[in-house]
Amino acid sequence: MSSVLIPLLLTLKVAVCATLIAGVLGIGAGYWLARTRMPGRDTADALLILPLVLPPTVLGYYLLVAFGRSSAFGAWLEGTLGIHLVFTWEGAALAAAIVAFPLVFKASRAAFEAVDPTLEQAGRSLGYNGWTVFSRVTLPLAWRGVIAGAMLAFARAMGEFGATLMVAGNIPGRTQTVSIAIYEAVNAGDDTLAGALVVIVSLVCVSLLIAANLFARRGHMRIAPV
Amino acid sequence: MHIDVHIEKQVRAARRRFDLSVQFSADTTRLALYGPSGAGKTLTLQMLAGLVRPAKGRIVVDGKTWFDSNRGIDVPPRDRRVGYVFQDYALFPHWTVAQNVSGAFARGWPRPLSASQARRVERVLLSFDLSDIRDSYPSQLSGGQRQRTAVARALVGRPRVLLLDEPFAALDGMLKNRLRAELLAIQAHYEIPMILITHDPDDLAACADVVVSLDAGRVIDVAIGNRPAPQSSAPFAPPAANSLVAHDAMQT
Repeated sequence: MSSVLIPLLLTLKVAVCATLIAGVLGIGAGYWLARTRMPGRDTADALLILPLVLPPTVLGYYLLVAFGRSSAFGAWLEGTLGIHLVFTWEGAALAAAIVAFPLVFKASRAAFEAVDPTLEQAGRSLGYNGWTVFSRVTLPLAWRGVIAGAMLAFARAMGEFGATLMVAGNIPGRTQTVSIAIYEAVNAGDDTLAGALVVIVSLVCVSLLIAANLFARRGHMRIAPV
Repeated sequence: MHIDVHIEKQVRAARRRFDLSVQFSADTTRLALYGPSGAGKTLTLQMLAGLVRPAKGRIVVDGKTWFDSNRGIDVPPRDRRVGYVFQDYALFPHWTVAQNVSGAFARGWPRPLSASQARRVERVLLSFDLSDIRDSYPSQLSGGQRQRTAVARALVGRPRVLLLDEPFAALDGMLKNRLRAELLAIQAHYEIPMILITHDPDDLAACADVVVSLDAGRVIDVAIGNRPAPQSSAPFAPPAANSLVAHDAMQT
C-alpha cells in the first residue's frame, strides 16, 4: 500500500506547490500581457509559452545548468539561503511549476482580455487604486478562466516526468513522484503497482479536465460585459 | 463651475493617428461637448477625469489645478472627485445594484461601509427609485434602470462635477425624453455641475448652457446659452442654435 501512497502524497505536495508558484507568476504575467501596449509583447508571449513546447528533458537540462551547484546562482542559493534544488522535492516542484506555468499564463491572459477595460476605468473613476481595481473588478470577473487554467496546470504538474527526473532524480520516498514510480514499476515488471498508479492518475486528470471545462464555460456567460 | 482646459494628446491605433488639441474655458454648471463620433469628445472627458493622461497642457477646475505638464501636476482620479457615467454605463456585472452604488465607498476592500456611508447609499437608492431592485444584477435591468444605477453610482461619493458620456445615446425616443428630464431634475437637486458628451442637438437644447463643439480633435466653436458665438466656417453642423431658441420659447 505504501508503495502507492508515498509517491502519491509526494506528487500531491509537488503539484500543489508547483500550481501555487505557476499560479502567482502566471496570473501576473497574464494580466500584464493582457493590458500592456509594449512593442515586444508578442516576443514576450512566445518566450513565456516556451516551456509548453520545449522537450521536458531540455527544460530539465536548463534548470540543472541554472540551479545546479556548478552555477553561480545555484551556489548562491545553496550557500546563502540553504536551498537545495537538485535531487530534492523542491527541485521537482520548481520543474513542475515551470512546465505548468504556460497553462495558467495562457488561460489568465485570455480571461483578463475578456474583461472590458471600461470597467477598470469605472473603478478608477470611483477612486480605486491599481491594486483595488485588480482585486475587486478585474480578477473577480476573470477568476473562472484563471481557475480553469490553474486546474490544467495542476494536472500537468501531477503528470510531470522529464524535467522532474532531470532535476530531482528518482529517489524513492523523496523525489520519486507517481509518474516516475510508474516508469520504474513497469521496468521492474511490477504490473500490479503500475496499473494501480496509472488508474489513480488517470482518474484525477480526467476529473480535473472536466471541472476545468465546466468552470471556463460557466465563466464565459458571466464575464460578458453589461 | 469655472473650467479652464488646454490639453493635447496623440493616440495611435493600428496605422491611424489621432491628434487632439482642445482648448476652452467656461463658467457654467451645464457644459456639453458636442460633435460627430471620432471628434475626440470621449478622450477629452477621460482626460478631465484623469483616466487618460494628456501629453501636455493644463486642466484647472474652480481654481484647482488637476493637470499641468509644465509643473508636473497630475492629480489622480480619486482626488479629482469626479462622478463618471460611462457611455454603456460600465456597471460592474458581478455586483448587485446596491453594491454598484456603494462602489465609491468601497475603496479599501474588504472594509465595510461606515454607518454614514450606508445611510447615504440608502438615501441615493431611494431617491433614484432603485430600492426595489437593489439585489438585482446589471444583466437583469432595463435600460432606464441601468442608467439610473450608473448615475447613482457616480453621485454617491458627492463628486465635484458629474461627467456623462452620451448618457442617452442607447435609448429610444420616449425613454430618452423621460431620462433627460430625470437627469436634469437630479442635477438641479444635487446642484452639481455637469459636463455632458452628445452628438444629439436635442440634448444640447435640453441640457446645456455652454456648448463646446469639437471636430477632428479641435474645438471649432464655443456657444454660450441661446446666444451662440459667431459661427466659424466649420464643415460640421452648427450646435443647434435654433433648437436652443425653440426650447426657450417653449419654456416661456
